[in-house]
Formats: sequence, structure tokens, C-alpha cells
Amino acid sequence: MSDTEQPVSGPQQTDPVHDWTTDYDIYDAEYVNDPTPVWKDLRDSGCPMARTDRRGIRSWLPTKFADVQALAKIVPELSNKEPLVISLPKDMQFGDQTFNAPPISSDPPEQIWTRRMILPAFSPKAVEKHRQYTVDLCNSLIDGFIDNGSCDAAVDYAQQIPPRVIANMLGFDPAKSDDFTEWVRGVLELGLFDPVIRVKYREIIREFLIDEVSSRWENPRDDYLSELLAMDVPEMKGQEVKVVVGLANLLLIAGIDTTWSSIGSGLYHFGTHADDRRRLAADHSLFPTALEEILRFYSPVTMARVAQEDVPFGDTVIKEGEKVLMNFPGANHDEDAFEDAGKVVIDRTRNRHIAFGSGIHRCAGSNLARLEMDVAIRTWFERIPEFEVSDPDAVTWAGGQVRGPRRLPMKF
Amino acid sequence: MKYHRDRERRNRFAEKGNQLKLVIDSDLCQGHNRCYALAPELVDVDDYGQAFALNDGEVPAELEDKAALIVDNCPEFAIKVESGE
Repeated sequence: MSDTEQPVSGPQQTDPVHDWTTDYDIYDAEYVNDPTPVWKDLRDSGCPMARTDRRGIRSWLPTKFADVQALAKIVPELSNKEPLVISLPKDMQFGDQTFNAPPISSDPPEQIWTRRMILPAFSPKAVEKHRQYTVDLCNSLIDGFIDNGSCDAAVDYAQQIPPRVIANMLGFDPAKSDDFTEWVRGVLELGLFDPVIRVKYREIIREFLIDEVSSRWENPRDDYLSELLAMDVPEMKGQEVKVVVGLANLLLIAGIDTTWSSIGSGLYHFGTHADDRRRLAADHSLFPTALEEILRFYSPVTMARVAQEDVPFGDTVIKEGEKVLMNFPGANHDEDAFEDAGKVVIDRTRNRHIAFGSGIHRCAGSNLARLEMDVAIRTWFERIPEFEVSDPDAVTWAGGQVRGPRRLPMKF
Repeated sequence: MKYHRDRERRNRFAEKGNQLKLVIDSDLCQGHNRCYALAPELVDVDDYGQAFALNDGEVPAELEDKAALIVDNCPEFAIKVESGE
């Protein structure tokens, strides 16, 4: 891939999987398009914890809700030092290896004080101040295509929202939103498969953030990054720029293609299930349960842990250095935890889903993500109550770390 | 099914005139804020997302269904409804 080419999405070619219990591959094309049959087979097989030795490292894939919940609480033995589902090969670990994304790339105690720095800005009440900006943004995006009677709901809508909300929150130039999207996909989507791409975009982001944070360290502004730099946190003293660059890295990376994926998955669902769409369009009081159900059924995010020592689990041992994927999406399809787990039930009242994770690393931005999802899908329904996916075969999905539609042709 | 058992149990308490009490385990709570979104009449959250029960956890009769709802939607199994005995 040349430097000027935009990343392309869609399943990558991998060696076919013959046995999912011992050789799973989350990049298998069919798995990316629909992982649910694999999870069900694994749970039914009596071997719900699959493993693989692909990509040079043993990695485990739990598929039971109870197992994922239990594994998420084995801290710090199962460490967050490498939260990406595929690690960089040893010979690719150049550049600044201390450039990280706390608290998601940290274990306690660093995880605790860095998390406390950012949580207040993401409380349910604090995120409300981003609502009006998000409403206006969604309306202006819809203004741009509503008269055409069609659009790509992933590219023209869902993808446009989170980078602008985050840029607005962090005080970055909103005109750079397309760059942010490209960078984040370079790290989390294409870069997972291609270490060269991953390191390239990681370094682009690092240099951008060092510039942004350093300029605020020298000349504080009335914005969030300046607030973070000025916080009275003893552990940060003397390394303010480095810490805030790391936090900004998380805030930039973690909120973009995750939230975009959830918005896109919601529109995909209602654009392919006319009965649910009509029901929700007729009764907006169903929004809260419907959106939680979309989060459960189409959970976008899988994270990873790496064992710091041998960790016995069930009848197996996760050996030091091995990875465990926090398969939150798979856990959310476990029939033992959810009645009719394989069905989208938009008025589901019992829904303990863990789309935002579980345990101490629960997504710090979950309230902002929910707000964006609520505003994006609600505004769409208000403006465009009748719509459908115009060509289901043309829908493409990204998967692996973050799953969601990347092409979503819609007509209305 | 468990939901209906809870409901039967609540009804039994109600017959005896027992007040239900909402108990949130702050060690288990990870700040998902699902309870606050569903039942701000019963729960509030602090700046760090930690949930706490309002009114010492007292659950008025008309909010018993909401209390059951937040129990059933907590991803961390951190919320319980207990008899006020």
C-alpha cells in the first residue's frame, strides 16, 4: 500500500480454519461477516474456550458470558499492557514503545489514577454538554444527502460523527476529522493485520499529539487537554506532557471507530428489519431498550489481555505470555445469560450485556458513546423514518478488534 | 424465570407490609451507569460513575418494577433488592 492510498476495509484473506476450537481466526472472512454461528458451535462443542497459534502467539477466545466475566476480573495477572488483539511482532517493536494509551494500556496502580483523571468528563451528566453539538452535526450531515434519496449510511453518516464529537471535545480542528478516521483505522483496523501500517499510523498520531499537548503545556487554553495538564495529580508531576499525550491517544483512538460501528450497526439492523424499524419509528419510547439491544447483539469491541504468569482457568492453563481475547461480543450471545440470545428483541428488559466491557476497564467513554448513538439514530429516525439497506450484498464489515459495517448503502 | 420468582417474593413482602431496600455493592460497581439511566429516581452516580442508592435505598411501592429492572441490567451483578426486615 502506498502512502497516499486510503485504507480499504473488508475481510482479509487468511488460511482457512479447519478446527475452530484449536485454530480459531477472528479474521476469517465468514467470521468477520457473522461470528455468531462460530460462537454457538464453540459453546455447543463443550470447548467454549477456543485457542489459536496463528500469528506467532497462543491466544484464547472465550465464548461464555460467565467465562468472559471471570477472566476480566483476573487483574493484574491478565494484564492490559497489550490490549490490541494482535501483538506487534518482536522485530516490529521499534519507535517509542513507551507511547501508550492509559488507562486502557495500564494495570493498577497507574490504571487507577489515570482513569480517575478522565472519568469526570465522561459522567452521564458531563457528557450532556456534547448533546447539542451532536444533534446539530447529525442534522447537517443528513441535510447533505436527504434529497438524494440514498447514501452510504456508514461512510456519509456514522463515520462522520464520532471524530467530530471527539475533536470538538479535545479542542482539535474539526477539519482534521477525516485524518483522524484514517489514522485510527490505520491502527485498529488495517494495522492489526499489517504491522508496518500500524507503526506508521501510531507514529503519525504520536507526533500530532505531542505537538498539540506541548503547545498547551507552554500556553494553556480554555480546553480539555489544558485542564488535564493542570490537574493536581501527584503521580503525573514532572511527566505531564507524556501522561496527557497518552490519555489523548486513548481518547482519540478509542472513541472513533467503536462508536461509529455501533451507529452503523444500528442503522444496518433497522435497514434490514422493517418490522423493528416500523415499531421503533412508531414508538420512540422504545429507544433506550432498543439501543441497549443493538449494543448487545452487535457489540463492536473485543479487547485483549496478556498473561503475566501462568493462570489456571477451568481445566486449562493460560501460560505466561499468552493472550486472552475479551470476547465481549461473544459473551453477549450466550444463551445461558440471555433469553433468545440469537434474536434482536428491541424491548428486551433484562439485558446485562457487557458491550462496554466488564471489571476495572469498563469503557470510560461509554456515556459519551451512548449519547452519540442515541442522538445519531434518533435524529436519523426523526428525519428519515422510512429507509432500507438497498443492497445487502454490498454491505461490508470490518472485524477483529472492532466490528461494524464499513459500507452500508441505504435508500429512503 | 428468575424475574417472576423475584416478583412473587416482592409480592409476599408487600403483603407483609415490608419495604424493599436497594443495595449497591460499591466494590462491584464499575460505573456502567445503566441503573442511573433506567431509574434516576432510585440511583445517582458520582463524578467517577460510582452508583449510590438514593433515600437510603428505600424503594417506594410504585418503583418496585424499576428496582427489579436495574437489578436485571447491571453488568456487574452489583445491585440487589432486599427485604427491609
